[in-house]
Amino acid sequence: MAMPRREEVVEQDVLTGETEAYAASQWQLMWWKFRKHHLAMAAGMVIVALYVVAVFCEFLAPYTLNHRQVAYAFAPPQRLQFVSDEGVHFWPFVYGIKGVRHPETLRKFYIEDREQRYAVRLLVRGAPYRFWGLFETDIHLFGVDDGGTLFLLGTDHLGRDLLSRIIYGSRISLTIGLVGVTLSFVFGLVIGVVSGYYGGWIDNLIQRGIEILRSFPSIPLWMALAAALPSSWSPLQIYMGITVVLSFIGWTGLARQVRGKILSLREEDFATAALLAGASRWRIMTRHLLPSFMSHIIVSLTLAVPGMILGETSLSFLGLGLRPPVTSWGVLLKEAQNVQAVAFQPWLLTPVIFVIITVLAFNFIGDGLRDAADPYSR
Amino acid sequence: MRLRVCFMEGICAMREQNALLRVRDLKKHFPITRGFFNTVVGQVKAVDGVSFDLFEGECLGLVGESGSGKTTVGRTILRAIAPTAGEVWFRKDSEEVDVARAPHDVLKSLRRDMQMIFQDPYASLNPRMTVLDIIGEPLLVNGVAERRERETRVRELLAQVGLNPHFLRRYPHAFSGGQRQRIGIARALALHPRLIVADEPVSALDVSVQAQVLNLLQELQEKFGLTYLFVAHDLSVVRHISDRVAVMYVGKVVELAPVDQLFHSPAHPYTEALLSAVPNPDPRRKKKRVLLSGEVADPGDTPSGCAFHPRCPYAEDRCKEEVPELREIAPGHAVRCHLSGVLQLEGMAG
Repeated sequence: MAMPRREEVVEQDVLTGETEAYAASQWQLMWWKFRKHHLAMAAGMVIVALYVVAVFCEFLAPYTLNHRQVAYAFAPPQRLQFVSDEGVHFWPFVYGIKGVRHPETLRKFYIEDREQRYAVRLLVRGAPYRFWGLFETDIHLFGVDDGGTLFLLGTDHLGRDLLSRIIYGSRISLTIGLVGVTLSFVFGLVIGVVSGYYGGWIDNLIQRGIEILRSFPSIPLWMALAAALPSSWSPLQIYMGITVVLSFIGWTGLARQVRGKILSLREEDFATAALLAGASRWRIMTRHLLPSFMSHIIVSLTLAVPGMILGETSLSFLGLGLRPPVTSWGVLLKEAQNVQAVAFQPWLLTPVIFVIITVLAFNFIGDGLRDAADPYSR
Repeated sequence: MRLRVCFMEGICAMREQNALLRVRDLKKHFPITRGFFNTVVGQVKAVDGVSFDLFEGECLGLVGESGSGKTTVGRTILRAIAPTAGEVWFRKDSEEVDVARAPHDVLKSLRRDMQMIFQDPYASLNPRMTVLDIIGEPLLVNGVAERRERETRVRELLAQVGLNPHFLRRYPHAFSGGQRQRIGIARALALHPRLIVADEPVSALDVSVQAQVLNLLQELQEKFGLTYLFVAHDLSVVRHISDRVAVMYVGKVVELAPVDQLFHSPAHPYTEALLSAVPNPDPRRKKKRVLLSGEVADPGDTPSGCAFHPRCPYAEDRCKEEVPELREIAPGHAVRCHLSGVLQLEGMAG
């Protein structure tokens, strides 16, 4: 069995090759692979854009949250125009709108006033607001001069600009998902680790408990929990309460994944090797097992965010989640909760589009991350 | 039972002084549970009364089909899994310690003397750690070497297993199967162990790489005076590296003999069948093929009498009822068969 020893040759091959990849950690490899997933990258940019909007909502929205112009209640979306009688304009403008009553039904409707043109301008002065509650200002990213209106997505029954309200609502709707997922993450990780680590009757108890929790229909459970929130709470307390309610079911899936991963990983040879090397259980858990399923957990968290957002939307839509004056996409949709709205003011349903975009983008990112984290797809 | 223990002690007495490891009646039973309350409905007897000695500086090959319990023997000896019963006496500083019952602090210090090389070079290295962290872990958790010293030592170990010491900061994915196995070997060597349980260390590798790794293992054995328990299913590999060979069938050792004796004159029908299944490189040589019918016995439901009787071409009525004992038929050659001495079994030439 005397074979020529070939390791010198092998080593040279390795040395002359692309060495950067060999010293790359799993996270770097994952990132390199994720970058190649175009859909996920695009979705990532959409998500970043949405969160930027949420962070700077006061500045980005043309009106403030409760800026009422009752004269323009239920105004349909105004279209950005580039072409007028005078020819093509480089900069977009809107026509003024005028409310008139139908002579027979007396229903109010709006007509374009072609006489009035309002250029959409950047950094205009409008309704004053406190930016992040820090300082007072009245500069908005875009808007029209006084006298004109800019309702790109129409208005609600009090004449409040829907686009502005959606932009403000994104702050609540997008963060409730993150906060809720963070809470589920903490619950799920701790309970899953305890379950998988100790095993035995503790594991049995936790798993049966999870089964019972999961066998509840989620909407009635949420409703019951949301109804238990005291009505005297401030909007902020309600917000926190709702996230806890949402994460109450969300953690179960994660806890099971964590438990399953621990059970399978602790049988892996590298865990046995660490044990035989004399490593403590704590070290094996934190240095070997946890890092091994972290990428998996992050993927499932990404996929859990849209569930949270949808949960908030559904609860608020049913009137059990957030309530005005707190504004989220679900709260906005509740206002479109009748046949009349759907028939005559269909633009009130536009928050749905934002919900869909967000949920899809999160799902695409999750898919991309899952592919990137999968060591077998290389 | 009593008889066998006496007998085993008999043969060991001769070389008692240099037995590094004495395994006595080692058992590992896994419970089969069923239903909501995990009621135990049976036992899988993965290892069912294994006894052998391992002498300082030798390589004992442990062979058997998959499911015969050979890997479990290796892991139970190191207490990677706790044995159900039995004793594993490890000689440390002229004093014997029972690994199977050692308290945790003693076990930790014992583990510096006994290490393991794994079958799967992919699963046995944590993909999220660099080579430095992987090989350095035993040094770190045992507080053997400080940071800089550890790095020097890891470089040294890499060189010893034939890898470039510059590979320190690389992750396992940068290496081939053979290279990974070398990293695993370097990790096992880090604490200067005396005993290494090699759990099919080459069966996952290409044939050409197998030879390299086997040569490396032999070299290291000579250099550091290592003692190997070499678990394998490939008989030609075992023949190459072992001094003695133990054949396992359904949790029991059925034959234990010096390597040449086992290959030339096997005394157990199962060994004969295993040997006849080894491919012969010489096409002109005609030989009898012993084809075994049926499957390996289920260790959760072992046959009565000799566990091998349903598949044994020589089985008699007695084999169905009486469990044969392990008997010594020649010095250092023990076999667990009622018919040993009666049968004329064919071994391998060359």
